Amino acid sequence: MAFVDIADASLIYGEDGESGTLAVKDTTLGIERGEFVAVVGPSGCGKSSLLKLVSGLNLATAGRVAVGGEAVVRPLKIVGMAFQNPTLLPWRRVIDNVLLPMEVADGLRSQYRRDPAPFVAKARDILATVGLKGFEDKHPWQLSGGMQQRASLCRALIHNPALLLLDEPFAALDAFTREELWGVMQTLWLKERFTVILVTHDLREATFLADTVYVMSNRPGRVIYTRKIDLKRPRTLEGCFEPAFVDHVHALRDHISIARSS
Amino acid sequence: MKRNKLAEQAAPWIALVAMFVVWEAACVVFKVDSFVLPRPSQAFAAMWEFRQAIWHNARFTFTTTLLGFAIAVGFGLLLGLVVGASAFVYKALYPLLIGFNSIPKVAVVPILVIWFGIGFVPAVLTAFLISFFPIVVNVATGLATLEPELRDVLRSLGARKIDILLKVGLPRSMPLFFASLKVAVTLAFVGSVISETMAGNEGIGHLMLSAGASFRVPLVFAGLLVISVMGVAMYAAFAWIEQRMTGWAYRGDVNAA
Repeated sequence: MAFVDIADASLIYGEDGESGTLAVKDTTLGIERGEFVAVVGPSGCGKSSLLKLVSGLNLATAGRVAVGGEAVVRPLKIVGMAFQNPTLLPWRRVIDNVLLPMEVADGLRSQYRRDPAPFVAKARDILATVGLKGFEDKHPWQLSGGMQQRASLCRALIHNPALLLLDEPFAALDAFTREELWGVMQTLWLKERFTVILVTHDLREATFLADTVYVMSNRPGRVIYTRKIDLKRPRTLEGCFEPAFVDHVHALRDHISIARSS
Repeated sequence: MKRNKLAEQAAPWIALVAMFVVWEAACVVFKVDSFVLPRPSQAFAAMWEFRQAIWHNARFTFTTTLLGFAIAVGFGLLLGLVVGASAFVYKALYPLLIGFNSIPKVAVVPILVIWFGIGFVPAVLTAFLISFFPIVVNVATGLATLEPELRDVLRSLGARKIDILLKVGLPRSMPLFFASLKVAVTLAFVGSVISETMAGNEGIGHLMLSAGASFRVPLVFAGLLVISVMGVAMYAAFAWIEQRMTGWAYRGDVNAA
């Protein structure tokens, strides 16, 4: 069984189920441990709902969702999350923001309280990896949007999550910063090889980062197309202009237009 | 630039002096009887003449107000936490709170007098009753407007509700809390003076009532001025505390630490 195993899962928002909004319909997909997966699709197609299903923040109305061989029946504790909005706490310094999960995470909290030093070292290390060395003691508003998003990624990874869920984390950034962060994300992933589900509407981003790209249909969201991206790693921005890369993007594009018109 | 800043600092004082000058001039030009509207100079003269009585009563008003306000801060913070942390309690209590806040506090004073007699206790309680509401609303709002994404991040870490409250919710609502204190402390003065006027034997409110009864109108106005000064002073004190405690919410003012 795959690490993340979704079988015929549906998600309906609303109190009584019947009258609610059907956000995800009969979706089946399997994600291997250490795989980088991207989910693309028209806006409002239930991509984010898929993440909620996997994380257990919303439970499947029908079908089955399992992570690591266990059915998801409550919010998982092995995930890291980052969103379009960095949601850093303005009263905490960058390093304290990154360490926030250690203060609240179930199971790690007591360990951190007893001996914070290794975690602080890890936080500094990961901040250095994303290029924020020297900014540890700044407050979030003293950072640019791209830097805040880097810090947000660090916060998502500080507790070594087995599964990283990214909901359009680069969507609010300018084109240059966004492409720069693709590289940062790839570096982080190649180093630790956690499992990633990235929700995005940027096909180049999906192709650059993912091993497998799933295309979802209009709401209610279903997976209508799966494409393996077999480009070698580490991928470079120059590589985005090579025919193989462009072919992948075009193939995805075609299926998105089908999804939009359906 | 420097001159602008100086003008900015001087502006409120100039406005204050201008108000007194216009007031004084208007009284002289239109020959207003000091029985109707005393000139400010007469009010200040009365303030000096009765300085001992004013000092004594101002201290009383100040004490009752701050005591009532302190209770309001504790109670408001606690109730705000409960109301803001739970959508259920929020729904259950909000209409009740609005209803309670709509009651004119003047109408409550006679009840307090029946329960506690006149004087100190009803004044403290009226100050409390009138000033806790904005604190509750602001703390609750700060907690209830937590970003859903951030809540997801914390929930997916297995964070306990109390942790989310203490580490994120409470610090987040602090700027609103301190802003509400400025409003609440001025309201507290309204409350205590109402009570003193209706059922007091001490305090500025009582002093004004007695002065009015014996037609010492300049002294009534002296009392009004004293209350205003106390209100402005407390407002300024809490504005200063607000700046110190939640500087992060006023980005420009905080230095890189």
